[in-house]
Amino acid sequence: MASDQAQQNSGRVDLQLIASMIQPGSRVLDVGCGDGELLRLLNATRDVDCRGIELSQKGVNAGVAQGLSVVQGDADTDLVNYPTKGFDYVILSQTLQATFEPQKVVREMVRIGKRAIISFPNFGQWRVRMHILFSGQMPVTQTLPYLWYETPNIHLCSIDDFVDMAKSMGITIERFIALDKEGKVSLTNQCRPLANLLAAQALFMVRAD
Amino acid sequence: MNSVTENQYPEERQASLRLEPVMRFGVDAPLLLDCGVSLAPLEIAYQTYGALNAARSNAILVCHALTGDQYVASHHPITGRPGWWNTIVGPGRPVDTDRYFVICANVIGGCIGSTGPTSINPATGQPYGLSFPVITIGDMVNAQARLVEALGIEQLFCVIGGSMGGMQVLQWAYDYPEKVFCAVPIATAAWHSAQNIAFHEVGRQAIMADPDWCGGDYLAHDKRPEKGLAVARMAAHITYLSEAALHEKFGRNLQDREKIGFGFEADFQVESYLRYQGSAFVDRFDANSYLYLTRAMDYFDLAAEYGDVLAEAFRGTPTRFCVVSFTSDWLFPTSESRDIVQALNASAANVSFVEIETPKGHDAFLLDEPELFATLNGFLNAAAQKRGLKNGV
Repeated sequence: MASDQAQQNSGRVDLQLIASMIQPGSRVLDVGCGDGELLRLLNATRDVDCRGIELSQKGVNAGVAQGLSVVQGDADTDLVNYPTKGFDYVILSQTLQATFEPQKVVREMVRIGKRAIISFPNFGQWRVRMHILFSGQMPVTQTLPYLWYETPNIHLCSIDDFVDMAKSMGITIERFIALDKEGKVSLTNQCRPLANLLAAQALFMVRAD
Repeated sequence: MNSVTENQYPEERQASLRLEPVMRFGVDAPLLLDCGVSLAPLEIAYQTYGALNAARSNAILVCHALTGDQYVASHHPITGRPGWWNTIVGPGRPVDTDRYFVICANVIGGCIGSTGPTSINPATGQPYGLSFPVITIGDMVNAQARLVEALGIEQLFCVIGGSMGGMQVLQWAYDYPEKVFCAVPIATAAWHSAQNIAFHEVGRQAIMADPDWCGGDYLAHDKRPEKGLAVARMAAHITYLSEAALHEKFGRNLQDREKIGFGFEADFQVESYLRYQGSAFVDRFDANSYLYLTRAMDYFDLAAEYGDVLAEAFRGTPTRFCVVSFTSDWLFPTSESRDIVQALNASAANVSFVEIETPKGHDAFLLDEPELFATLNGFLNAAAQKRGLKNGV
């Protein structure tokens, strides 16, 4: 799927997967773009018009200095400023669980974008379940590396939780991809109930209707 | 279209200044101003740096601030000081004159060679003074657009400027979106705030309270309201700095004395500094120009036409924007840049926004700020690539 060279540039395999889902020539908004890794990947490989929003001003300045179109902003509060269907894709990668109002963020994403691509760690994975069951403590795993008191992840959910929310919001799930802890496509991809138990991460492509 | 006429500046100024080149538009091509008056003849003094490429696609227009001028990267003919944006404009600088053709024009209403209140009013044969029509940021930009057209440039690669220059950048992007490939408004706002209008009013009142102002007619009386203009500059200069910058630079340090003098001489270094700023300013600036240009800034409000919805002003804009603000700038605070960014986002415009951490206040945009250089390098290089500009002309 991705060349070794690109993998060296990118620490995150899931970003390559997301990039591969974007049609060339599209308009893309990456919400929580960090240091602009996905934007750089998209610029280099997909010939797209892409922008980023990043919470940390330091990340923004670094991105702009690299020629990326990035503004400082907060997924929870600033998406309302963007016009309806102003983008082909709105991406939220590994950030949904850190927002204050995930449902509102998802609703804004499918309003702004014709499609939204959302990835998050799966709290329903067996490792998480076992961790709580046997240690009686909040799980610390490779995809959820923080202790409870320092984690930015305040709205964790499982794959089934996300599917339920999407249903309740009338949002159509176009694609679902289960990922392992490295961000590679999981073998459980074809079976969502199994993925909810086995996959470390999930990637959804959704749209409003 | 532009007919060449005699240089009509007061002899004194003409003799002391080498202001060429000047683009002249005759009475056959008046500029219709926002106030309804047609201005003719019109002269625009400007400087250029670098070379225009064959495709005429590498031009960058630099818009100067309130008391700036066209000498963005070359020595000022009056003060002899180096260009006011030498750090940004020049060979190998972010606005690289080896790569881009850089234009900077004195705004109309100004006093460094472009038509303004010191120019001769053709109706009277005397300097305009207060009979000069009130001009707006939009008028300045329309005049620049004529210059750019006369230079044979259809589309500017970039329009860039800080403060009042940033207002012109926004106005350019608004009035001529197809002629501005990318825009860099720095330390500016889409409308002038009540506080800023208030500071300008203090400055204007200081000038008009000077008896040597002579109701605006001081040139005819061979006088200049130097005291009033100096006070205006002193008050304004405070707004360009920050409390932290003043404290760090001067603290409560005394000037050339061991203890306070129990009088009203400049006991403190900060007083001495401000007095110097004031007196140096009157040598290079005209008091009526100061009235006109501050007024133009006060009137600036891009959103006014759209029921205060700024986003409407930029709907569908093709221009790429890079908005820059500075943390300690309280004259044009980051919140006002954010308003611009929010409006551009709402227009789905391509926008970058950088807030730079610095204690230097509003003046930071003129000073050595490596993060500003990095931002401009990144943005301009990426935009140049999109525009198909190669390295080198």
